[in-house]
Amino acid sequence: MIRLPIAAVSISYAEKPAVTGFLHGRQDEIMNKEYHIGIDIGSTCAKLAVLDENQNLIFKSVQPTGWSSVDTAESIRQKLLDEGINAEQASCVATGYGRISVPYADKMITEITCHARGAMWLHGGSELVVIDIGGQDTKIIRIEDGRVKDFVMNDKCSAGTGRFLEVMANTMALRPDEICELARQGGGTAISSMCTVFAESEVISLIGQGEKKENIAFAVVESIVNKVVSQSSRLDVRGAAVCLTGGLCECAYLRENLSEKLGCEVQAKPEGRFAGAVGAALSL
Amino acid sequence: MELIQDLPEVFEEFAEQRKNSFLAVKKLKEKGIPVVGAYCTYFPQEIAMAAGAATVGLCSTSDETIQEAEKDLPKNLCPLIKSSYGFAKADKCPFFYFSDVVVGETTCDGKKKMYEYMSDFKDVFVMELPNTQSEEALKLWKSEMIRFKEYLEQKFQTEITEEKLREAVRLQNAVRSSMKRLYAVMKHDPAPISGYDLFKVLYGSTFKFDKTLIPGEIDSLVEKIEKEYREGKMQGKKPRIMLTGCPVGGATEKVIRAVEENGGVVVAYENCTGAKTFDKLVDEDAEDIYGAIAARYLDIGCSVMTPNKNRLELAGRLIDEYKVDGVIEMTLQACHTYNLETLGIRRFVTQEKKLPYINVETDYSQQDVGQLNTRVAAFIEML
Repeated sequence: MIRLPIAAVSISYAEKPAVTGFLHGRQDEIMNKEYHIGIDIGSTCAKLAVLDENQNLIFKSVQPTGWSSVDTAESIRQKLLDEGINAEQASCVATGYGRISVPYADKMITEITCHARGAMWLHGGSELVVIDIGGQDTKIIRIEDGRVKDFVMNDKCSAGTGRFLEVMANTMALRPDEICELARQGGGTAISSMCTVFAESEVISLIGQGEKKENIAFAVVESIVNKVVSQSSRLDVRGAAVCLTGGLCECAYLRENLSEKLGCEVQAKPEGRFAGAVGAALSL
Repeated sequence: MELIQDLPEVFEEFAEQRKNSFLAVKKLKEKGIPVVGAYCTYFPQEIAMAAGAATVGLCSTSDETIQEAEKDLPKNLCPLIKSSYGFAKADKCPFFYFSDVVVGETTCDGKKKMYEYMSDFKDVFVMELPNTQSEEALKLWKSEMIRFKEYLEQKFQTEITEEKLREAVRLQNAVRSSMKRLYAVMKHDPAPISGYDLFKVLYGSTFKFDKTLIPGEIDSLVEKIEKEYREGKMQGKKPRIMLTGCPVGGATEKVIRAVEENGGVVVAYENCTGAKTFDKLVDEDAEDIYGAIAARYLDIGCSVMTPNKNRLELAGRLIDEYKVDGVIEMTLQACHTYNLETLGIRRFVTQEKKLPYINVETDYSQQDVGQLNTRVAAFIEML
């Protein structure tokens, strides 16, 4: 494959996007560059990650999955074309609940395997426990020797998932990230129901009783963290390096709370949401 | 006897056997042949056979009658029990309808209590299966064999002679031996056929009423499979899975499909569908034939037994002989004994056999197929 000088745009954690090369060559020559595309169509959000041949993350995006994974996949394909990437020609792996809806994907791999790969890319090492709090399910994956050794998945109930946080945030007229930070200032209140629907009723009662917002927020985060901790007890995470991926990895307070309850430091990276998409991109 | 049909046709025929037998059972009744319905691998086939009866399995595998069953039975109950009761009560199962007597055992709590209600509208003979596999338990189980024999003699106005019984033992042993030879084809690596096709034959053959035909048919099938394997017809190299746990069939075939549509092959069935039912033979030469029959059945390694060493022995043997790469256990919701046993099986598989293990708990609905596929696919990706 002939390599022509083209504009190379790289995005890393700290730097701003920079043009490190110069534009030279036609559109289709740009399209001949080796791209590895990973698409993670989750129940709530669809994530896209593009890696170059050196496993650098050169493009990422997130959009709501909406109600048609097929339409979402098409809109992603279009988005890639706008960036000069032809998804049909590049290596493309689809993962997530909507992975069967990506017609131009070369391979479909489960989100468990992809999150594991993506988390290793993000955090390094070959022994890791990945806690992925997704939109509607939560996965805990144990990686040993660079491979998935065991996993537990809660996909029958939305307790301990992003949905729980979303529903409570809605009830409290806050954004999910606002609840997380507000929770830091609260304490003393607990939500007794496991079930999201009943918990919502409880939150409404608490509001009606004049309970302080920060205390309710505290209870919401406690609830999620407790559910995740209880799930992880089925896997024996003691002594392992633990990381958090998925949309909630950006909530510092939640991560700290989880770390405290698990008895070990739970790491998170800003790109944690893209662990599945990156893992998919790494898979071909 | 050489098989004229192609293998895919043969497998489809077995898949259709249950439905074809709906008409066959009616014909049997018209000829005056008694029919005994059964629910369990512990049911002593030979005694019914010696009474001149045809036997048929009544364990239901569809969720269509569960709503009906939930009018009488609690929702939080094994779907197999609810479904079976529902089919019986709603008169939707021709096998149940045409059975002159239905035999149950005191196996699990759910079945025990369900039989109480079923006897309101059907002749149910409940055998007292012990909870353990001790010497004392064997005495009880042997006496139950004899009580069952006397019941059938009375009910069908016939005599179960020792000669007829020994003949039945020989025939049923021949059936078991043929079935074992059949599933032994999966010892080949790569596998010669899919686990789903194997299942179709294992399950379908239990609905063939004339057992004398089974050994010949199955042996020809084995010959054909082996011949085609020598000619190079085989599945590709795939991760080899042993399926264990609760019975698989009908609605729960989704688990087999989840494995095989995601790159794996089921090479061994430890559960009721496979080895658990056929593994052991009755000692044909024993002097005490009732004792020999009782011993053979009591030895079955089901989770209703405590302790359940024989299940671990069988599972371990299958893992070794079939070069299993990973174990998938399917348990039904509300099945206490199997769900409780998953911990023991997990420990055995991961610590002693050093293989990956996953448990999927499911019911008869098709709503969790997506989640099932994700879990099973992820498990296979691990191998």
